[in-house]
Amino acid sequence: MASLMHYASLHSENPAYSFSEASTIPHSEASAGPRQHAFYPYTDNGGSTLGITGETFAILAGDTRSTSGYNINTRYEPKVFRIGDDDSSPIVLSVVGFAADGKALKERLDTIVKMYKYQHGKPMSVKACAQRLSTILYQKRFFPYYVHAILGGLDEEGKGALYSYDPVGSYEREQCRAAGAAASLIMPFLDNQVNFKNQYVPGSGEGLSLKEKPREPLPLDAVVGIVKDAFTSATERHIEVGDGLQMILITKDGIKEMFTPLKRD
Amino acid sequence: MFRNNYDNDSVTFSPQGRIFQVEYAQEAVKQGSVVVGLVSKTHVVLTAVKRNAEELSSYQKKIVGVDDHLGVALAGLASDARVLSNFMKQQSLASKLSYGRPIPVERVVNMIGDRAQSSTQHYGKRPYGVGLLVGGVDDLGPHLFEFSPSGLTQEMLACAIGARSQMARTYLERHLDKFADCSREELIKHGLLALKESLAQDKELTVDNTSLAVIGVGSKEGKRRVENFKMYDGQEVGPLLEANVETSGTGEGEGDAMETDS
Amino acid sequence: MNHYPQAWGRPRNDVYGPYDHSYTHSAMPKTHTQSPAVTGTSVLGVKFKDGVVIAADNLASYGSLARFTDVKRIRTFAPNTVIGFGGDVSDMQYLDRLLQTLEINENYLSSSEHSLNARNLHTYLSKVMYKRRSDFNPLWNMMLIAGFDEDEKPFLASADLLGTTFSSPTLATGFGAHLAQPLLRRLMPNDEESVKDVTKEQAVDAVRACMKVLFYRDARSMDKYSIAVITKDGVDLKEDEKLENQSWAFADQIRGYGTQVN
Repeated sequence: MASLMHYASLHSENPAYSFSEASTIPHSEASAGPRQHAFYPYTDNGGSTLGITGETFAILAGDTRSTSGYNINTRYEPKVFRIGDDDSSPIVLSVVGFAADGKALKERLDTIVKMYKYQHGKPMSVKACAQRLSTILYQKRFFPYYVHAILGGLDEEGKGALYSYDPVGSYEREQCRAAGAAASLIMPFLDNQVNFKNQYVPGSGEGLSLKEKPREPLPLDAVVGIVKDAFTSATERHIEVGDGLQMILITKDGIKEMFTPLKRD
Repeated sequence: MFRNNYDNDSVTFSPQGRIFQVEYAQEAVKQGSVVVGLVSKTHVVLTAVKRNAEELSSYQKKIVGVDDHLGVALAGLASDARVLSNFMKQQSLASKLSYGRPIPVERVVNMIGDRAQSSTQHYGKRPYGVGLLVGGVDDLGPHLFEFSPSGLTQEMLACAIGARSQMARTYLERHLDKFADCSREELIKHGLLALKESLAQDKELTVDNTSLAVIGVGSKEGKRRVENFKMYDGQEVGPLLEANVETSGTGEGEGDAMETDS
Repeated sequence: MNHYPQAWGRPRNDVYGPYDHSYTHSAMPKTHTQSPAVTGTSVLGVKFKDGVVIAADNLASYGSLARFTDVKRIRTFAPNTVIGFGGDVSDMQYLDRLLQTLEINENYLSSSEHSLNARNLHTYLSKVMYKRRSDFNPLWNMMLIAGFDEDEKPFLASADLLGTTFSSPTLATGFGAHLAQPLLRRLMPNDEESVKDVTKEQAVDAVRACMKVLFYRDARSMDKYSIAVITKDGVDLKEDEKLENQSWAFADQIRGYGTQVN
């Protein structure tokens, strides 16, 4: 491009030089400072995650596809991780978005939870871990970890606990949450199936007097069914979701990991 | 009256080529209660006698789990040991983070050895007043290392340090040939018996004063995996004591069995 | 001598005129690499039942200029890890130096055959890349790391300038991700489970075929390439391979370029 602009100057009144003369050649780029091809430190690796809690359990799931643009990097790159010591810690983290940030975040939290146990001689509670994760994310407020994180586990009463985060650390405890590329496809489905949104008691009235279907904790097999349905549907409609479904279930008896194939197209 | 002029700091040699401050630090190790370590081809066991400063206080922590594949037993100043074990913990986490590899045992032992050595070359520093037995498992199998305040580290087949540890060492020397092929249970038994040897006449191993830790070479789904650091403390040592050491009523009358060191 | 320390050692203003500070400041702010200069194109990697094959051509381009035609972009790291570099060549040379330093330190620090395996190196490299991208000073490379993991199973993974990492039985960087990866994936219909059914010959043939396809279609490629076959026995690295049996018969079927429009 630059050479074409030099060529134009040959036809001006000024004598033509084979080298550029900054002062005589009106150069649109030069006036704007050095040409910069800025380095963009993020990418989107696609995929989706979701978490649902029941009365006595929490489940976190994510597809295992990793993408860059229209390319599939790999069909198996897990997004759901166990945090802390392998056998004693009931905490699970899922991250979706920029995979390198996700991995860095997971490793930082993991180290912190391990150090907590080393220093205090007891495992970190999910509540404390959730607060700490928020702090970690907020510390990088001006160069964020580009991820949507979901943290799951069992709280002090043994009830399922789920916390969801935005990239800069604002967080909330919820019953269920979908994140990532297909979040907008999965979340309304969860609202309807887990929190019974837009479901009413039949014959309870007309219009505003319709009674909402009361919320009740779902049993485990129903929740596993919902998770699988959510991901098969998301796979069908979103190109960045597919290949495999990784689920991690947290109960008082420990942590169980499950894998189900998804469509690979 | 004779006064030693060469022990005011830990960086000055005596005319005989000794560094007295380091030797005094080694005396601090002998004040600590006894710890024993031993290795087989598959496991490394650390055992320790805990002391409580007084009847009302808790017992001193003698074994620290540094990582899944690494633990230390200490004799001497516990606070100095904490500095070292914290450093080892940091190094082992750093190794996991940078390379995804559990730190090789020899590597981390050399690191604390170098740290201890530096106190003999920088004016104003004090040697660590603690001896450590470092047990761990890596690619080459289980290891036991002895660390002393001089910065000396050496790999051992079996070792005992601390007060009255000579008795335990004698036991270990007598049974040395057997250790290599010991099972996990047999190695624990030798660890406890060696420990028992060095107790004073009126003392006994109890659930309150005994700590034990095991790390091993394990396998999972046909792959070589470390059998993680497992500490037996408090009531958990009860069954091990009953199985391996004849005691007069372990568990009952815990209060009476407590020893008080002076 | 005057009372202004900032003037000491400087040429005197009354003799030489006012000091020109502009020499100490460059006209532009400090910049990091914003784009690569001399670059290498695709790297291919395929696992097979007892190892990994990896290949890259020997060209280093300067934009569209084929600048250096004998650049080895596949580097070995003892005993059996191989790294293939795409992207900026000077950054590749920096990383190579970094890895050599690491290897020397590793050999120095351990008395026995401890060694970093391919997975450890991949973790390390991905940390280096992520650190540099986080400093907004990236190393402009896409790398494939091939070798064996701690269970002595074939290992193949990638790391890039953003610190992104992933692993798959077949991998290709750059143009190869579009052209070669779909062909290579035909070898592995069931991903990781298919690896045990692929022989060394199949893997090598597939990689060579893909190098040819890339030469046909990638304008920044050449017909001289390096190929490394990694097995338990070591690394078989050939750095001066020529593409054989080229067929340009397809070329006159192509319509729409140059003078031939229809």
